[in-house]
Amino acid sequence: MSTPSSEQEVHEHGVTEAVISYPQFLWKALGVATDGNALFYVWMTALTAVWLVGINAFAHQIVQGQGLTAMTDHVSWGMYIGNFTFAVGLAAGAVMMVIPAYLYHDEDMHDVVIVGEILAIAAVAVALAFVNVDIGRIDRLWHIIPFIGRFNFPVSMLTWDIIVLPGYFLINLHVVGYLLYMRFLGRKPNPKWYIPVVLLSIVWAVSIHTVTAFLYSGLGGRPFWNSAILAPRFVVSAFVSGPAFIVLALQIVRRFSDFYVGHKPIVTLINILRITAVVNLFLVGAEVFTEFYTGGSHVAAAEYLYFGLHGKNALVPWIWTAVVCNVVAAGIFLTVDPRKNLWIIDVACVMTLFGLWVEKGLGLIVPGFVPSTLHEVVEYLPNALEWKISLGIWALGLIIFTLGLKIAVAVFTGTMHVDAAHDAGEV
Amino acid sequence: MSDPSRRTMLKGAGATLGAAAFARAVAPITEWTNDLSVEGFLQKHYKELTVEDMSAVLARIERETEEQYGAKVSVEDVRPTPGVQFAYALNLSVCIGCRRCAKACHEENNHDRATNNSYIRVLEMTNGSLNLEHGTVTYDHAVPAPGKFYMPVQCHQCDNAPCVRVCPVEATWKESDGIVVVDYDWCIGCRYCEAACPYHARRFNWSKPEIPADEINPDQAYLSNRIRPQGVMEKCTFCLHRTRRGKLPACLEACPTGARVFGNLADPDSEIRWVLENKRVFVLKEDLGTQPRFFYFFDE
Repeated sequence: MSTPSSEQEVHEHGVTEAVISYPQFLWKALGVATDGNALFYVWMTALTAVWLVGINAFAHQIVQGQGLTAMTDHVSWGMYIGNFTFAVGLAAGAVMMVIPAYLYHDEDMHDVVIVGEILAIAAVAVALAFVNVDIGRIDRLWHIIPFIGRFNFPVSMLTWDIIVLPGYFLINLHVVGYLLYMRFLGRKPNPKWYIPVVLLSIVWAVSIHTVTAFLYSGLGGRPFWNSAILAPRFVVSAFVSGPAFIVLALQIVRRFSDFYVGHKPIVTLINILRITAVVNLFLVGAEVFTEFYTGGSHVAAAEYLYFGLHGKNALVPWIWTAVVCNVVAAGIFLTVDPRKNLWIIDVACVMTLFGLWVEKGLGLIVPGFVPSTLHEVVEYLPNALEWKISLGIWALGLIIFTLGLKIAVAVFTGTMHVDAAHDAGEV
Repeated sequence: MSDPSRRTMLKGAGATLGAAAFARAVAPITEWTNDLSVEGFLQKHYKELTVEDMSAVLARIERETEEQYGAKVSVEDVRPTPGVQFAYALNLSVCIGCRRCAKACHEENNHDRATNNSYIRVLEMTNGSLNLEHGTVTYDHAVPAPGKFYMPVQCHQCDNAPCVRVCPVEATWKESDGIVVVDYDWCIGCRYCEAACPYHARRFNWSKPEIPADEINPDQAYLSNRIRPQGVMEKCTFCLHRTRRGKLPACLEACPTGARVFGNLADPDSEIRWVLENKRVFVLKEDLGTQPRFFYFFDE
């Protein structure tokens, strides 16, 4: 008896069920997020402790101002904006799982793609947190809300970032939330509710890092940033840091949970790294060549970064460590067989994550200000307060990532599902 | 699996401890909220304030200045005069690098005393080069030194201002008389403008400015020299609280050599027009296309 009207009823029943079961989903997710073995509690307590130290430092900074940081009118962005840039890359890099899973229909990748989407959520949250600790008047944040404040769109590139970053956050939140909730209900996800959004997320991932690069590259007064290659560099380095982080995360999930993570997705990501790590080195090399071969006053910032200027060389040890890390990691990706010596690749992932954190963090932001626009050389290195706040934010990111994974694993392994009582009315 | 009620109890204890630690961590915030007022929080953008709004805002600022700094001041909203186009020119042949302009700016504009802030930086340059790389601001000897010339730099009030373009909240804009201003009560302190400015003209209030009551210049304007709040940008305003009332900028009055020329570009008989028409004039970093309203020239 399948008349159109009864189909309608079944559909309505499904919608009703989906709506009334949602509080139960949230409640059970809260249970899963706060329950685990001893190691889980130790890990979460440690992260919470670091986060609280950061919150406390931030509270002091709000009261006494950014004067508590090492920033000055010469180097007016530092640790926070550097970390922001790196975190945006991490978020964009997660798309390197989404593309194989959804565009190339790689089934093995499809099974674990949720890890990348959760990383995107956590990394965007980190990026947004870094902007919030950087601005001088957090109480005036509402001035930036479109229609409520005064939104200088499209002229200010920062307004583009305000659109794309929370947008990317919501897109991934929707995909993850929808897939998990459908699994929780024991239903097959309806492609029309998430596939278009997944495809949008691919374009969006590139946009978040392009827009973030344009923030810097559009400034004519800062020759170090004023380079057309900056956006491609950002995107490519994102495709190194994202997969490198996920390779490590997948192995941790495999080791500490019942979630099945096959070898194939890890190998696919390493194959991606083989290309992106080398292309990233190529782009950095192209930039360095143009700077140093041209010479003149344009090269002063790069000279400061790599060799020091007028006896000031605070960044030199950082950038050379980063260069060595990135080059060695690229060599390892190209030569080591992941099926035999995965641990060496893990080392390379850690190295390149550090290398890119320097290259796109302090190594990108600080030379934009040194020398200053009037060619004064005033140095900057983050102080203890900036370290505390930054580590606190990264701890928060790891908390979000851990809890997201924990809920996802519980749903995917079937330990978290809707109560049977709701099925009573099912036909 | 352990006893569920014991587990719940432990979770409860953990949550309570966590909440207590959180409350403790954010406790310093209470000190900050003392300084915030509801009117201040809800205040609209400068251009959206009605006349009544503005008089309430000005009264609030005067009251707060008295409470926090112990000084009676008058804060006014001084508007541009139609038909006036301000411009500034500086004679590099006669500037001796004494930095009296920078000092006058410091006092006139109620700058923080501890940082000795000023909107003007004076570069000591070596004869034979206009390259800023060969300049220094930290010179510490009798001036003028042989073989050197001096180049004070301050906000160029660009007609194509990168700082205005990048502001995400329109907290900075160009007024009809050419002066680029900041609404200190609207700025969110992201410092994007500071990164965008090619002339190091913008300053951030890294801390709450400190000035002894007897040193505060009581003659203040909303868009210029009133004491700035913590966490916002500020910049040279060509002393609009003076110049819009027919006076000259403080830096010009302080100059002992007459190197500075200020005036109305729209007035064909003004000295500034004469300089621009008859001297060898240049602007800094012309290649960036910022179109400054601040010119340099040589006599000989």
